[in-house]
Amino acid sequence: MEHLLSIKDLHASINGKEILKGFSLDMKAGEVHAIMGPNGSGKSTLSKVLAGREEYEVTSGTVIYKGENLLEMSPEERAHQGIFMAFQYPVELPGVNNTYFMQASLNAIRKARGEPELNSLNFMKLVRTKLKALEMDENLLKRSVNTGFSGGEMKRNEILQMTLLEPTLSILDETDSGLDIDALKMVSKGVNSLRSPERSMLVITHYQRLLDYIQPDYVHVLSGGRIIRSGDKSLALELEEKGYGWLQQEAAA
Amino acid sequence: MDAAEQQLAELAKAGYEAGFVSNIESETVPPGLDESVIRYISARKNEPEFMLEWRLEAYQKWLAMEEPDWAHLKYTKIDYQSISYFSAPKSAADAPKSLDEVDPELLRVYEKLGIPLEEQKMLAGVAVDAVFDSVSVATTFRKQLAEAGVIFCSISEAMREHPELIKKYLGTVVPQTDNFFAALNAAVFTDGTFVYIPENTRCPMELSTYFRINERNTGQFERTLIIADKGSYVSYLEGCTAPQRDENQLHAAVVELIALEDAYIKYSTVQNWYPGDENGKGGIYNFVTKRGVCAGDRSRISWTQVETGSSITWKYPSCVLKGDDSIGEFYSVAVTRGAQQADTGTKMFHIGKNTTSTIVSKGISADRGQNAYRGLVRMNKGAENGRNHTQCDSLLIGDKCGAHTFPYIEVANPTAKVEHEATTSKIGEDQLFYCRQRGLSEEDAVSMIVNGFCKEVFNELPMEFAVEARKLLAISLEGAVG
Repeated sequence: MEHLLSIKDLHASINGKEILKGFSLDMKAGEVHAIMGPNGSGKSTLSKVLAGREEYEVTSGTVIYKGENLLEMSPEERAHQGIFMAFQYPVELPGVNNTYFMQASLNAIRKARGEPELNSLNFMKLVRTKLKALEMDENLLKRSVNTGFSGGEMKRNEILQMTLLEPTLSILDETDSGLDIDALKMVSKGVNSLRSPERSMLVITHYQRLLDYIQPDYVHVLSGGRIIRSGDKSLALELEEKGYGWLQQEAAA
Repeated sequence: MDAAEQQLAELAKAGYEAGFVSNIESETVPPGLDESVIRYISARKNEPEFMLEWRLEAYQKWLAMEEPDWAHLKYTKIDYQSISYFSAPKSAADAPKSLDEVDPELLRVYEKLGIPLEEQKMLAGVAVDAVFDSVSVATTFRKQLAEAGVIFCSISEAMREHPELIKKYLGTVVPQTDNFFAALNAAVFTDGTFVYIPENTRCPMELSTYFRINERNTGQFERTLIIADKGSYVSYLEGCTAPQRDENQLHAAVVELIALEDAYIKYSTVQNWYPGDENGKGGIYNFVTKRGVCAGDRSRISWTQVETGSSITWKYPSCVLKGDDSIGEFYSVAVTRGAQQADTGTKMFHIGKNTTSTIVSKGISADRGQNAYRGLVRMNKGAENGRNHTQCDSLLIGDKCGAHTFPYIEVANPTAKVEHEATTSKIGEDQLFYCRQRGLSEEDAVSMIVNGFCKEVFNELPMEFAVEARKLLAISLEGAVG
């Protein structure tokens, strides 16, 4: 089977400092991959490069998504192609109504795909269903995007958007950070509801805990800007027990 | 005479007026200002004697005044002797013959705003024979207004038809000598709008100069006087979202509002005069004096403005809260980009007891635009329990623009409460990236963020105006990022 996403020997830097140093990864449709690693290993850089943040300069390597050169696409084109990133730090948009934002987002994507746009009535129906599934407060719809949201509310709002947009490739950038156990369960429930043979997920996390709820097919350890070890779920458990040190030493040796 | 006949008569009259206008085309006064010019203007307008005296008095005082230089604005000094103070309507010979001759950039903006073709011609100053549609629309509206007892006409007409109202109210809110530009306006204003709403009358429609066909070419010195009698209500819309062609560089308008007991005046402006080229060359200088007095108890005056045009904006729509329990409001969005400069804000004078004022100012600067908020809140000695809340926010786009805030607060009554909140933020790469990651184009993202920023002000605009203002803002800031 052809890969949904194929990253080969990717080098990327910000402000002249190289962060990713030969990162490679292949993902098939339907797979869930977890990327784990210590602080500063390049986890966030990876998610931002994949989503198209322009400050990051890709100096070499290739990223092929659905058979096309992802690096040539603008951030919005990537979104139209089904790439979604749940932000580690979602951004406040004061005065921009949350419902309006989500409707504009969904319709921009539908339009780009040549699908009919949803009117407000139908959109409200849709968003209410999703909201209910995530056991979220409807109040969230009336507020400005992420403005004054608690950490947990922000993360749930990200997952709400994710379930609305039904992306082909979801990148979860440390979605578990700052979440209490109840919120973590809820977020995981939302993510799991999207799992299907067509959809893939890249779950970036610092802790094993999240992987108790979102079961990955593969676990990769990122260190010094490249993958130093890949395995299955058991690798994550091993990491929790031993920390990252032993792997880094192994890699250095 | 039945309605149809009357309409015909009105049409015929309108035709005559147009004819009259073309007669005076050749009589443009040469540049320069002295008493004879003022006498000429007054005579041309068949004004009553008292008006001529009033103008001459203003002129004498203006001569002794100095152009103010305290504003945060930089521009080449205006040569008042190089301006022609009675410019007849632009001759058809100079006007573009068709839309093909109009600046394509302007047409692109009209297109984006969704303006019908006929209207585009009118706005671009294309010589058209007659706009019969708007004539008949205007006639119908005039009839409806007359039935309600509302007077809505040009100020020259009001001087001839309603001299008692003019005598009683003109210059009572903005005196002839109020400031340099107001004095100049008092001396040489050529036309403007007059509105009178009778007691306990709710004006049956939103009044807009757009429907006043004789409003065109009122020129650079416009004067507006609106009187809302006891218990009445009026919403007045000024300006147009479409960029208007205008040959006059200096605009010095005066607007006076008077709200008597329990009256409510809502005055909304969208200003989009030509801002000049990227260096501000050729742009309009807009020096406007706008003030309203809440003369009666429980009266209310609300100013809402969206300022996106002109190269220089100098404008402080103010409220004098004389009546007890009266309310003054100011909601403003000012956008400066390119080389545009704006020094705008408001003054709230609390005189009566339990008076309340609200100020919401949103300044947006992009490119090299400079945006200053200048506001005064004064609680007089007698302003028992006066309340003011000021919210003053600035949004910066890029790193070459500037936002400045000059709030003045004077409190002479210990029971008064004044609050001032101010924020400055920058449209961040983070915000744009977030929106784009969700599939929105950069243009839509900027528009969404800016509209969110201005939401509290747009909420105050009449529905139709608000929709247009949103579009206008998006167009004004097109390409401002990146």
